[in-house]
Amino acid sequence: MTSPSAPLPADAIEALEEASFLRDTVRAFRKNRMAMVGLAFVLLLVLGAVFAPWISPHDPYRVALDEQLLPASTTYWLGTDNFGRDVLTRILYGARISLVVGIVPSLISLMIGTMMGILSGYLGGRTDFVVMRLADMMIAFPSLLLAMVVMYTLGANLLNIFIALALVGWASVARVVRSQTLALREKEFIEAARANGTARITVMLRHIFPNVVPTLIVLFTLAIPEAIMWESSLSFLGVGVQPPEASWGLLVAKGKEYMFQAPAVAIAPGVAILLTVLAFNFIGDGLRDALDPSMKD
Amino acid sequence: MLMFALRRILVSIPVLIGITLILFIMLNVVPGDPVALMMKEHASADVIERVRQQMHLDDPLLTRYLSFLWDALHGDLGKSIKLNRPVTDLILKAFPNTLMLAVSAALVSWIVGIPVGILSAVRRDSFLDRFFMGFSLLGVSMPIFWSALLLQYVFAMKLRLLPVSGFYGWQYMILPAIVLGWSSAGVIARLMRSSLLEVMRLDYIRTARAKGLRETGVITRHALKNALIPVVTIMAIQVAGLLSGAVITEAIFSIPGVGRITISAISSRDMPLLQGAVLFATVLVILGNLVADILYSVLDPRIRAQMRKEA
Repeated sequence: MTSPSAPLPADAIEALEEASFLRDTVRAFRKNRMAMVGLAFVLLLVLGAVFAPWISPHDPYRVALDEQLLPASTTYWLGTDNFGRDVLTRILYGARISLVVGIVPSLISLMIGTMMGILSGYLGGRTDFVVMRLADMMIAFPSLLLAMVVMYTLGANLLNIFIALALVGWASVARVVRSQTLALREKEFIEAARANGTARITVMLRHIFPNVVPTLIVLFTLAIPEAIMWESSLSFLGVGVQPPEASWGLLVAKGKEYMFQAPAVAIAPGVAILLTVLAFNFIGDGLRDALDPSMKD
Repeated sequence: MLMFALRRILVSIPVLIGITLILFIMLNVVPGDPVALMMKEHASADVIERVRQQMHLDDPLLTRYLSFLWDALHGDLGKSIKLNRPVTDLILKAFPNTLMLAVSAALVSWIVGIPVGILSAVRRDSFLDRFFMGFSLLGVSMPIFWSALLLQYVFAMKLRLLPVSGFYGWQYMILPAIVLGWSSAGVIARLMRSSLLEVMRLDYIRTARAKGLRETGVITRHALKNALIPVVTIMAIQVAGLLSGAVITEAIFSIPGVGRITISAISSRDMPLLQGAVLFATVLVILGNLVADILYSVLDPRIRAQMRKEA
């Protein structure tokens, strides 16, 4: 929709506009101190999780019964657990699972939720009715119980945690995306595209979707800590990650039996959960304020 | 008003039916024979067959679903395989404990959350505000099972002020109520703060100030009345959420409530019990949402007007 007198081609202008939007966003985000702290923490955590075998001198699975429940020392910075394994190393390896569980199901529920939300909002009518009633049901279902039922049916392992959490998460994404799609549908550029005879699927993919991406980024960052929380709760209750795998929730659950002798075994992984959840929340808040100030409540 | 309530109730019915269907399908497509799975190798083929027949497991899925729905409507949720007792009895016996936990947790969250939210809003952007909001973010970001362990460690194991776990009197309820209440206190505090800030910007507040009312009078007599509306409505949802969210708290503090039933049903693969407990909790949540919506329209005339326009 560039005027014919404009010297720049349409895509160049678009690129320019995008660049400045991106620049503004980055600038606003960088001004947010808490968000930057959160980002630094998450980067550190990712590095720690990826390079765990090279960073830690200990084996997370090696059992040493003569070194049970040792207090913190220079060899074992956070002491050892009931099998004589280094607590810090177990937490570092646990970060791998927690990060993967934070990211993968959030991505899946984001994809399903976006698709459902755009279809529901753009097509309206019967599609909208069916999708939204389905979303109502999923939202009315208490999340933890739904996840527990899924784990009961499919069995407790990592893949099923992905499924359970994706099932829990997609509906709220769909609701947000739908309401944005409804607002976008009334905009002139969508009307113009429709008047051009653009196919519905193209309108949805090329015109609606790019406009919900900023919201999706925010929803994604805020879904990660939630998924980490759910996974740790499921694992704590014994229906999530199974031993000898090290997930933070499981580490707390196993450590709680030795609260008296070695409280650090249970407390340290909890600190890891708390800090990670806080960090992602800070990033999400920062992104939300930077990308779309109107979403701020 | 009555029309709105009626319509809202009617809308919840298909949602509820849908949920029972989803729940039923999820629990009944478990790979393998549920009875054999539960009884493992202890039972003979005869016994397994008899239990299967008792549970009508050989009927078609749709028939079983319809009879499950019909029975559930009549308060019959089947029989626990493991305990051989009606599921409804087991749940109703455990429910008062869960209710007591949820209500005391809700009280904790209101007693903490509402004043904190008001103070934060009144002293907006002050050190106090930042401190409180940071604290409430901490409450929301802490896994419940972990804060429970911390409190158990400090107050029960180290200071020996309160019992570690179990349920033999009111003092056993203190730690669980604080643990469960704290996480929702954060939510209440944030909502209270933002709601009060919003109201304080309105014209009628300026009028109240202009006629010379003191600030405390403006807040308590004028602003709070409206600012509390969203908070009060969230409370209904929250109590329902606490009822179903008590699973973890009940597990840690060994409180014999509905949450504990749910977990033990999972570990003993007691399908009818699990089905009944989850259905029960879900119905509570739906009822909570219903009450919240109706309460909202009762308290806020604007919502009522909007409803009338839509109708």
